[in-house]
Amino acid sequence: MENSRKIDPKTLKRIFGYILKNYKIQFILVIFCVLFSSSGTVASSLFLQNLIDDYVMPMLGQTNPSFAPLLRALGFMVCIFAVAVISAYIYNRLMSKIGQGTLRDIRNEMFEKMQYLPIKYFDTHSHGDIMSHYTNDIDTLREMISRGVPQMVSLSLTLILTFLAMIKTSIHLTILVVFLLFIIINVSKSITRKSGKYFVKQQESIAKVNGYVEEMINGQKVVKVFCREDESIEAFNRLNDELCNDSTEANKYANILMPTLANLGNLQYVLIGIVGGFLAINGVGGLTIGAIVSFLNLSKSFSMPISQISQQVNLIIMALAGAKRIFTLIDEKEEEDNGYVTLVNAEIKDGKIVETDHYTGKWAWKHPHSDGSLEYVELKGHIELSNVDFSYDGKKTVLHDISLYAKPGQKIAFVGATGAGKTTITNLINRFYDIEDGKIRYDGININKIKKDDLRKSLGMVLQDVNLFTGSIKENIKYGKPDATDEEVIEAAKLANVHNFIMMLPDEYNTQIDGNGGSLSQGQKQLLSIARAALNNPPVMILDEATSSIDTRTERIVQEGMDKLMEGRTVFVIAHRLSTVRNSKAIMVLENGRIIERGDHEALIAQKGQYYQLYTGNFELE
Amino acid sequence: MIKKLLKSIREYKKDTFLAPFFMILEVLMEVFIPLLLARLIDEGINKQDMFAIIKVGVELIFIAFLALTFGRLSGKFAAKASSGFAKNLRKDMYTKIQDYSFYNIDRFSTSSIVTRLTTDVINVQQAYMMIIRIAVRSPLTLIFAFFMAFFINHKIAIIFMVAAPILLTSLIIISRVAHPIFRRVFNTYDKLNTVVQENVRGVRIVKSFVTEEKEIKKFNNVSNSIYKDFTKAEAILALNNPIMQMTVYTCLTLIAWFGSHFIVLNTLTVGEFTSLISYTMQILMSLMMLSMIFVMITLALESAKRIAEILDEIPDLQNPENPIFEVKDGSIEFNNVSFSYFKDVNKLALKNINLKINSGETVGIIGGTGSAKTTMVQLIPRLYDVTEGNLKIGNIDVRNYDIRTLRNAVSMVLQKNELFSGTIKENLRWGNEKATDEELIKVCKYAQADEFISKFPEGYDTYIEQGGTNVSGGQKQRLCIARALLKKPKILILDDSTSAVDTKTESLIRKAFSEELPETTKIIIAQRISSVQECDKIIVLDNGSITGVGTHEELLRTNEIYKDVYESQMKGGDESGK
Repeated sequence: MENSRKIDPKTLKRIFGYILKNYKIQFILVIFCVLFSSSGTVASSLFLQNLIDDYVMPMLGQTNPSFAPLLRALGFMVCIFAVAVISAYIYNRLMSKIGQGTLRDIRNEMFEKMQYLPIKYFDTHSHGDIMSHYTNDIDTLREMISRGVPQMVSLSLTLILTFLAMIKTSIHLTILVVFLLFIIINVSKSITRKSGKYFVKQQESIAKVNGYVEEMINGQKVVKVFCREDESIEAFNRLNDELCNDSTEANKYANILMPTLANLGNLQYVLIGIVGGFLAINGVGGLTIGAIVSFLNLSKSFSMPISQISQQVNLIIMALAGAKRIFTLIDEKEEEDNGYVTLVNAEIKDGKIVETDHYTGKWAWKHPHSDGSLEYVELKGHIELSNVDFSYDGKKTVLHDISLYAKPGQKIAFVGATGAGKTTITNLINRFYDIEDGKIRYDGININKIKKDDLRKSLGMVLQDVNLFTGSIKENIKYGKPDATDEEVIEAAKLANVHNFIMMLPDEYNTQIDGNGGSLSQGQKQLLSIARAALNNPPVMILDEATSSIDTRTERIVQEGMDKLMEGRTVFVIAHRLSTVRNSKAIMVLENGRIIERGDHEALIAQKGQYYQLYTGNFELE
Repeated sequence: MIKKLLKSIREYKKDTFLAPFFMILEVLMEVFIPLLLARLIDEGINKQDMFAIIKVGVELIFIAFLALTFGRLSGKFAAKASSGFAKNLRKDMYTKIQDYSFYNIDRFSTSSIVTRLTTDVINVQQAYMMIIRIAVRSPLTLIFAFFMAFFINHKIAIIFMVAAPILLTSLIIISRVAHPIFRRVFNTYDKLNTVVQENVRGVRIVKSFVTEEKEIKKFNNVSNSIYKDFTKAEAILALNNPIMQMTVYTCLTLIAWFGSHFIVLNTLTVGEFTSLISYTMQILMSLMMLSMIFVMITLALESAKRIAEILDEIPDLQNPENPIFEVKDGSIEFNNVSFSYFKDVNKLALKNINLKINSGETVGIIGGTGSAKTTMVQLIPRLYDVTEGNLKIGNIDVRNYDIRTLRNAVSMVLQKNELFSGTIKENLRWGNEKATDEELIKVCKYAQADEFISKFPEGYDTYIEQGGTNVSGGQKQRLCIARALLKKPKILILDDSTSAVDTKTESLIRKAFSEELPETTKIIIAQRISSVQECDKIIVLDNGSITGVGTHEELLRTNEIYKDVYESQMKGGDESGK
């Protein structure tokens, strides 16, 4: 179609690439079946021509006409029809398999790909946008593949076959049809363009209404408290009216398309009749009456697919736009990992570290050197940052010259205002982001050399926003260690002070929760996340504002769990409440990406600097 | 349910009637077309009469033109009627939601309200347009075409009479069988969305536990079950097309056979024969459309049901018959108040609360999570109604006040603060539309917000993003307090509204309250003892009951829980300000 300049051929090609990759044979079979099924349509038109000229006309005027030849011809047609019907069934079945299968492949690839994207991707794309790839974009693609593709194949085949049959019947009339075709295409193009424009506008208005409703309903209680109902309705009505206008225009043009095309088809019919009649009367091109009749039918089968295709164009453009967004996600660069130092189970034999294949409670870094030799370094949890600079965008440096170390078992705290760079430092240790300058060493090894998965396995995390997953409590606790035994789960829960609470639930450890934690309180959810981290028994822990959304009485319970969790581990803790960080080995006070004060609690208090101000409540943390 | 929805058509009744009206005219024209075409062949082409060809041709063009005009008019009115209907539905729902009490709001989740207002309404709109166009068109075409076929040759028309019901029944059976599978698929879709949502939200957890593969497996499982169900449902739908084709071909073959006989016997002309075939197609196409509409309507019914739920919800708080329009003072009295969120005396969230607060007093409320602090204060502006007992403000039961009057007198800063997209000024003016700039600055000074607002480059015209994401937690809380102060309330309730504000600023806010708002009753819910220490009265709540009322010193002596909380906070020493 003329609209094709809006259709991105690259995206289309790629979709077909997916189809052909796994369903080549089926797809070829589909094309054949579509061919058979469309030939049924063409055959029926051609048959009508023969029917009148070859069978009915000769019988006219005969006193005792014989219907035997007609019967034979009909029998032949029934066979063709039977083949057409059976192929129609086969290709419909196959196409749904191909369509759904391809969608599944694309969907799965997209999700798999997403798992290996760097954190940066998630920090710079809104969750709503990411979600819409799995909902809206896949939906429109589904429409196109499972409906559009077979229809297109079938329609274009019908088109070609009908066209050939038309040429065979009458070249003169075919020329007329082609001429009319241009008019029809142009008319439909201008209508679809208009409706397309308003459909885009409608989409935007829907998004606006959506956004407004979401914001207002979220704050509905505030609306009530301030008696702002009338104002809220008024603003809604404005957006709503706009949407109504766009929707009316969009649908108007869409509705007009069908009658316009149908009646242009009728016009074509009449013109063929007139021209055909004229030709037949004047004996041009040897047209018979039967030929005109069958040509009229052919012209109908010819213009029908064209009007159907033009109705599909908007759908296809939308689907391709969605597909393009999906492919953009799939083409995102994966998180790079050039690490080659791995984490292995180890035991110490005769003072030497030896790799084993079973759990011993001890681990070692397996460090292959460039000269081919292997070195084993015991995993202790010694972390050292020297002169680290970092920026998120390569322009604005958010961390300046950070140097610090944590010996195994030490607790290091970060304190400072929002945006000071506390969380950023922890993001560098587990390599969610990579440093710009300086070095981070883990047990003396540059963390760039450590495989990211192994690095992260050795670092436990408890965050302020607890993210649980739909499933049972037990599954949630063993999230990071699926092969953990029930005893281990209970042990971890006891350590986190959450065992007693779990036992009070209706199904104990098998109680189902959803991702939001459902009926669990914030404190209970946090305890579960502590248990989850404890089960993995990592030598280093990162606690980012883990207790700030819990009231002080509950915090005491959580704190006990946390203290037990921290025992014997290297811990980096970020906290809002200074009571949590008081007993740290060292406290780093951050401001604008720099460490401005460091030392233990007593030393910092004595210093009477920023920490002292914070501690005495004269300074706001957030 | 349908009746309820149809009430929203209102001013679009005219369009709703005009759309099918013009559609009927269009169909009438369309039905004549094959008849004229027959004449074109019989009188013109067959008799090789050029004059007849042109005469019938002109008639045909005229009729096609009429059909086109009617079709366009019908399409236009249908678009207007359906879009307007959708608009009114949204408007009615939204207006209704504004009438909801907190109790009603709690019953629907935000996302479910949003889907109902958007997706569900769009589904109904589509179905409505279908109904006033196609659902009128198809049966009409069916009847007219049938009538015409009968008129041409009633014996051949018997073929349709047999074929039509068979086709329609099988198409409907197919969609009936496929429909429940499709519904299951959409449920599975929800599951898939949950997996993705939890994954995206918890991406840091996934990465730090290195569970990418586990997540992929989880996703693939759900993805696979969608694939299985979908192909299953579509396998059934795959019968649609072949059945349709089979019917068409059978009819064609039969018409060809009998038609030839009738032509030979001279009871049927060639032209009539072709128009019979046209009618065959018209009839079968209408049947196909009807079965499609059937599917669409069943799907839209689900949406209609969800919309009706919003419209049918009865707001559980109503204005009294002779409301009182003035709140005398800020005194509060709880008499034996019990409250349940479920209106069930066996599931009480608050039990037997008896309390008297004098006008102008400052009252603190302390208690752990789940002790019903928020619940208790929400009864004061009548956000919920008490389940038992009564609650009086200015010596009058809150249920006797005009709700708007009451809520303007009782200003509440909710725990879940919300700022809305718009400038700081616009946000503040929620408290009082007509407030002057001076008044705005005054309340912001009380709330200790003026200082940081002035530091913004655009000051009071700074744009607040949706959800207030571009101000810090402490700043947001102070803006919310200022907004509440602008109402000049008789009673001011702060529900844990200074948790992110530092202790020094917080004490400045409290100071401003006592100096500038001596007449106003102030109720402060807090986590920190230091926030309520100086209150005239402190209430200790535990598990829905009051366990102690008194000053800080009294409670330290008499109340175990209070002492406990105090000591837990003193141990850290962080908030004591020592």
